[in-house]
Amino acid sequence: MLKIIRYILLDILRSKVIVAYTLFLFIITFSLYMLDENPAKSTLSIVNINLIIIPLVSIIFTTIHYYNSYEFMELLVAQPISRKLIILGEFLGVTLSLAISFLIGVGVPVSIFNPTQSGLSVLISGFMITIVFASLAFLCSVMTKDKSRGIGASILVWLFFTIMYDGMIMFVLFAFSDYPIEPVIVILSHFNPVDLARIFMLIRLDVSAMMGYTGAVYLDYFGHFKGMLFSFLVMNVWIALPVFLSIRIFDRKDL
Amino acid sequence: MIEINDLHKQFGKLKVLNGVNLNLEKGSCVSLLGPNASGKTTLLKIILGIVRPSQGTVTLNGINALKDFRCRDFIGYMPQIGRYPDTMRVGQVVDLLKSLRKPMDGYDDELIEAYGLNQIYHKSIGSLSGGTRQKVSACLAFLFRSQILILDEPTAGLDPLSSEILKEKIQKEAGEDRLIIVTSHILSDLQDVSSHVVYLNEGEVVLFETLQQLLERTNERTLPKAVAAIMKNLIYA
Repeated sequence: MLKIIRYILLDILRSKVIVAYTLFLFIITFSLYMLDENPAKSTLSIVNINLIIIPLVSIIFTTIHYYNSYEFMELLVAQPISRKLIILGEFLGVTLSLAISFLIGVGVPVSIFNPTQSGLSVLISGFMITIVFASLAFLCSVMTKDKSRGIGASILVWLFFTIMYDGMIMFVLFAFSDYPIEPVIVILSHFNPVDLARIFMLIRLDVSAMMGYTGAVYLDYFGHFKGMLFSFLVMNVWIALPVFLSIRIFDRKDL
Repeated sequence: MIEINDLHKQFGKLKVLNGVNLNLEKGSCVSLLGPNASGKTTLLKIILGIVRPSQGTVTLNGINALKDFRCRDFIGYMPQIGRYPDTMRVGQVVDLLKSLRKPMDGYDDELIEAYGLNQIYHKSIGSLSGGTRQKVSACLAFLFRSQILILDEPTAGLDPLSSEILKEKIQKEAGEDRLIIVTSHILSDLQDVSSHVVYLNEGEVVLFETLQQLLERTNERTLPKAVAAIMKNLIYA
């Protein structure tokens, strides 16, 4: 499997998209810190990048990469290699390159300008959200054979979790505002990895204005430490479950 | 060597294989024949584990080929249309496979030399013509000296010289402890090579016998004529 991962990493590096992505993140975060004297404020802007741009790039890049390496997988499947290892190697190769490019592009400026616990929590949640959306991308891709439909599904997933889900929560909130709805909201926030990432970061940053309703309720419900721990654990489930499902589907499908 | 039991495959509503039973022994070279869309390639792909059957079992040297990927250690496969990552170079593909797989008894690079493949190692797959790609596939299939060779339309797209080289190679490799399965529509190519004939029609095995038996039964002297006689019988029966 290491050979597969190595090959995929080299292949991704050669395409230079990942290098451009790293540079893009680096320039954006760097200039955000230069714009404002107070690093805490800049960190807040970086939170927004984490929550919108990173999921988008992660999910689209992974989906496109899956379809582009279809021939590579076809070649390997006829060889004495387990299909599970092929798809897992593919997943680890892509995730690793995206995660590394995030850690360089955002991690370096953050550790220069804001080497605090809040900076660290931003890095951890960005790292997690990268992997979560890569694994969601895998699930979308193994389920559809057609490239354009796969990419469409990925964009829908991104749109759903970053924008539509919040709207739905708001709707539930207004519709049932007469009832004690907080526990329901806490449960619902676990069904959105973007929400979890936001909560994870903002608990540490303690900026209630940006926390949103779910975040505020979450903090109220769990408290600082438990809240962070729990949101982190559930994000792990958001990685493991789609990966597990996509390995299973890939193992049984016709290539 | 390969035992196939009651194999079914459906793509949606389309039934491609309809209860295939075959027992292929080593030491034979089997021609897998049949009209277009009779399920030849699907059958081969199921043996290779590329396509998953709806029902049935495939056993390879006593190993369940549908569950255990290690049985592909015994197989060298030449696909009908070789698809490789466009950005890889020819040499990289060869090296990648060599690094992923142990040969049975040293690498067999006779075909690589006969086709002069090592002179185009630096070329990227994307820049190759269809025929050259086919040559790459052929070289990869023979590279590991596998016990079982599965060749899907090996001579399609090859020029006469290359096709002759490949045929000679197949003949040379056929032997006591080998099993070779070839599909082709160029029946005259198969005549000199094959010892057994399997005829598939609409996902069912219509006949499985030695070339000699087939020729005697149909009273013909060549494989193309014998097959033509069978196809006529099937259509008018």
